[in-house]
Amino acid sequence: MNIPADLKYTKSHEWAKLNTDGTVTVGITEHAQDLLGDMVFVENPAVGRKLAAGEECAVVESVKAASDVYAPIAGEVVAANAEVEAAPEAINKDAHAAWMFTLKPDNAADIDSLLDAAAYQALVESEAH
Amino acid sequence: MLKQTPLNAAHRAMGARMVDFGGWDMPVNYGSQIEEHHQVRTDAGMFDVCHMLVVDVKGANVRGFLRKLVANNVDKLKLPGKALYSCMLNPEGGVIDDLIIYFLTEDWFRIVVNAGTAEKDVAWMQKQAEGRGLAITPRRDLAMIAVQGPNARARVWTAIPGTQAETEELKPFNAVAFRQYFIARTGYTGEDGFEVILPANEAEAFWHLLATLGVKPIGLGARDTLRLEAGMNLYGQDMDETTNPLESGLAWTVDLHSERDFIGKSALQSRDIHQQLVGLVLLDKGVLRAHQQVHTANGIGEITSGSFSPTLQQSIALARIPLGIAPGAEVEVEIRDKKLKAKVVNYPFARNGKALV
Repeated sequence: MNIPADLKYTKSHEWAKLNTDGTVTVGITEHAQDLLGDMVFVENPAVGRKLAAGEECAVVESVKAASDVYAPIAGEVVAANAEVEAAPEAINKDAHAAWMFTLKPDNAADIDSLLDAAAYQALVESEAH
Repeated sequence: MLKQTPLNAAHRAMGARMVDFGGWDMPVNYGSQIEEHHQVRTDAGMFDVCHMLVVDVKGANVRGFLRKLVANNVDKLKLPGKALYSCMLNPEGGVIDDLIIYFLTEDWFRIVVNAGTAEKDVAWMQKQAEGRGLAITPRRDLAMIAVQGPNARARVWTAIPGTQAETEELKPFNAVAFRQYFIARTGYTGEDGFEVILPANEAEAFWHLLATLGVKPIGLGARDTLRLEAGMNLYGQDMDETTNPLESGLAWTVDLHSERDFIGKSALQSRDIHQQLVGLVLLDKGVLRAHQQVHTANGIGEITSGSFSPTLQQSIALARIPLGIAPGAEVEVEIRDKKLKAKVVNYPFARNGKALV
């Protein structure tokens, strides 16, 4: 399982990447796409929407099931990836490249509270048993 | 502890994602579920259906027993090997299970029932057969592998020398017993193919042999989208003991015209029918799922099975809605906080590799 060290993670299987301009880009993990299978629908939050940490804000649906996506940290949506909505299978091909939306965090330090790669690896392994 | 089929180790060796399916440890997909779906529509795939149960009914006048037991008319079974799809009803007209009956001889009929209902079915059959002197035998010593797709029959002919001569002329919904095999031209995909019943201890070798011939393993995920496109009901989802076949798109399997009495008949005859099972195609973007509400001009209905159709490249569903809503009508489906547009259509949605809507 590919769990890049430069990303942060949530218990609900989102990844979050701190960009150089201070914004945070969000997607679902490779592990999450592997569980869900072939993606056929993505619905992102609208640009400008203000999200609380842990708020339900997007949906991904595979052939098998629908799954909610949660905001890893609080912030305002500044970009949403229309390409992944048009071609949801991009998430299956490379979950860490197929970003969903970008947040401007309310507090820059909040991202530090998320899981690092080692902690997320441990979570995935614990769920496998 | 989950139950395992004789192919459990084979699934794991082939990289299957395994799930708890009604108490059975079954493969949901091996890789891409959509690729598995197309594999069956365009070439050949194989399904582990060993969790389903073969039940042999033997003795004098099995036919008389089945006339009473099931809603379809076994008198349609005139030639040995002929198969019949039917519901088995409770006295209230609810569906205990849907099953396939094969006529072999007047003192031997073979029934294949669903996995989740198998124990309940056998108990019900044994209760109804009391005093008839019949032997009702669950055959867990047998395995069943479905080989489906336009090239499926040819692969089976290569895998089992001698079968081509025995089964080439076999018409759909017919079966033949050949050596240790029972080969039926039936399936749950809307494609041509066979369901092969064989001794459980030969199943794994047969599975691997088919794999070497290019038949790909197909999981329960693709099995569900294939049967949904083919417009075939799934027991427990599209109908169960609380719904009757006339409101489940299965009126064609219920014989209310002959003199014959069967369990559930009087309940069906005295019941007012208010609902129908229809096909839906989603016009907006999203995915239809079971239990979503359907708003129609005549009231509210509910989706019974919904998914994404790999053949149509859009979402489709079966839904139980009020009578009087005809194909072509637009309805609205509640998905999360939105009402999305869908169109009522006749199903099947796809068969034999082609989209039909």
